[in-house]
Amino acid sequence: MRMEVEIAGVRLKNPVTTASGTFGSGREYEPYVDINRLGAVIVKGVANKEWLGNPAPRIAETYGGMLNSVGLQNPGVDAFMLEDIPFLRRFDTKIVVNIAGRTVEEYCEVVEKLRDADVDMLELNISCPNVKEGGVAFGIDPKMAELATREVKKVARQPLVVKLSPNVTDIVEIAKAVESGGADAVSLINTLIGMRIDARKRKPVLANKIGGLSGPAVKPVALRMVYQVAKAVDLPVIGLGGIMTGEDAIEFMMAGATAVSVGTANLLDPGATMRILDEMEAFLQENNIRDIRDIIGVVE
Amino acid sequence: MCHEKNARIPCTIMKHKALAEGVYELVLEAPGIVGEAKAGQFVNLYCKTGGKLLPRPISICETDREEGLLRLVYAVVGSGTREISGYPEGDQIEVMGPLGNGYTLDQGARHVLVGGGVGTPPLVELAKRLSGEKVIYLGFRTQPYLVESLREYGPVHVATDDGSQGHKGTVLELMEEHQVTGGMLYACGPTPMLRAVQAYALAKGIPSQLSLEERMGCGFGGCVGCVCKVRAEGGEGFAYKKVCKDGPVFDGKEVLLT
Ligand SMILES: Cc1cc2nc3c(=O)[nH]c(=O)nc-3n(C[C@H](O)[C@H](O)[C@H](O)COP(=O)(O)OP(=O)(O)OC[C@H]3O[C@@H](n4cnc5c(N)ncnc54)[C@H](O)[C@@H]3O)c2cc1C
Ligand SMILES: Cc1cc2nc3c(=O)[nH]c(=O)nc-3n(C[C@H](O)[C@H](O)[C@H](O)COP(=O)(O)O)c2cc1C
Ligand code: FES
Repeated sequence: MRMEVEIAGVRLKNPVTTASGTFGSGREYEPYVDINRLGAVIVKGVANKEWLGNPAPRIAETYGGMLNSVGLQNPGVDAFMLEDIPFLRRFDTKIVVNIAGRTVEEYCEVVEKLRDADVDMLELNISCPNVKEGGVAFGIDPKMAELATREVKKVARQPLVVKLSPNVTDIVEIAKAVESGGADAVSLINTLIGMRIDARKRKPVLANKIGGLSGPAVKPVALRMVYQVAKAVDLPVIGLGGIMTGEDAIEFMMAGATAVSVGTANLLDPGATMRILDEMEAFLQENNIRDIRDIIGVVE
Repeated sequence: MCHEKNARIPCTIMKHKALAEGVYELVLEAPGIVGEAKAGQFVNLYCKTGGKLLPRPISICETDREEGLLRLVYAVVGSGTREISGYPEGDQIEVMGPLGNGYTLDQGARHVLVGGGVGTPPLVELAKRLSGEKVIYLGFRTQPYLVESLREYGPVHVATDDGSQGHKGTVLELMEEHQVTGGMLYACGPTPMLRAVQAYALAKGIPSQLSLEERMGCGFGGCVGCVCKVRAEGGEGFAYKKVCKDGPVFDGKEVLLT
């Protein structure tokens, strides 16, 4: 059975990757996961400098999902290069660095530093608030999304995946914009902005008031968006949003994704990626599919 | 490093009964967990219904290594603990653990243990493991619990908000009244109580270890969701630490309870 897939010239031994921010850089997962078995590790978002993130509470439970307002806490790209890349390089997997920034310049600063780093791919998180445009996310305006992609692409040495925000009316428009900006691939979806209120206290549950919704509750929305984007652009797609089982992952691939990321499922069960990979292989076996690429985009 | 170790283990419920109004004792058959467990660590409990996916972190109250039993004590405060309180004996529940760092056992001659409400349970395993003299202070809103379990290890002083037992008022008032001191102060309870204990310990020059609570997305360091503030290294400002992984027990000199 062949599980290997290719994204922008980077070969993944199988389509299973980790969604940014739900796997750290893998250290916490080492007891439960054979990191060598992962197609790629997509690490938590990295910025040009240390970001402290938001105050607690940062987590709220919702039906079939969760809200988070971590606020991209990270130690900055220098610390990341010093500590996390050498750790991950011990394993036979691809390293994808998720990039956070509040301005195009900040994105570019991180990407420039990573030129000399031993990493395989970059993933641009355009769901970050653009401070120069009143804090509106880059990813909800096609012009800003295209501009950020183009500028980052100019300084990037590694292939660039652009991670799309689902908090838009027409995600296809944004996907096309980043394609014109020169993206090598797209990943979707990031979290859906949501909220919870503590009725007794008459206050939001999250200190940040609003946060990103993830987990199985978002899967139908994510799948629909992957399906629409995969049909509309000529780029490989990494599909994610609520994947809990091998069959969920297969659905994303049938909708047009070349690879998938497992997010919230890692938090609920640190061994989730291994189980999902086993379940995908079992599905192929049962259905006499010899090459996983044969199911990519089969749904009309 | 042992790969692909199972994180969530189904455990059989050996005993499940009410200790006080809305407070339950849950004894699980969990030999793997009790074999490794330290006082002050916690386990994640997982619900089965209603789209409740996140862990319910609960402190290890007591372990019985010979029998492989894990004792937990929890209060029903919301939908998850309400669901769990309905699980009958003989049923199974998924558990992950032990998690977190736990208390550091001080080698000194006298220890002060302070618990508030459902912060009391971890003090049982702690008292059991500490050698030396122990004095225990507990605060409850109303009906106390675990007092008998703790009395085995030293004198227990109780305060209740409504005066239904012991001193009417806070546990801190009781400690002030007794001018209690020792080589180390260990505490677990609601944040306002921890803040008062921290101030008391600093004023008296006693080192302290405080066990914190925060909402958790994973419980094992994966999501950075459960942070608390600690004094930044070298003075100015603060840094965030993970309650689940760097804690839940923190040095009273470092943690900032805002
Ligand atoms: C390290 C640690 C040890 C704990 N030990 C105990 C214990 O021994 N006994 C006990 O009764 N309680 C303990 N708690 C608190 C316990 O985790 C919560 O009361 C419980 O999660 C509430 O779940 P729920 O579904 O009933 O409440 P809901 O409010 O319906 O829960 C919704 C979400 O919020 C989370 N949540 C709600 N309250 C808390 C809280 N106080 N702390 C953390 N998460 C919360 C839940 O886990 C869940 O994800 C501990 C908490 C932590 C962090
Ligand atoms: C705790 C948490 C932290 C996250 N951090 C990031 C991040 O740093 N960068 C990013 O692009 N996406 C981040 N995400 C979004 C996920 O990568 C993913 O897009 C989203 O959660 C949907 O997938 P899921 O439902 O499988 O979790 C985060 C999600 C969670 C739950
Ligand atoms: S709860 Fe996920 S890091 Fe602490």
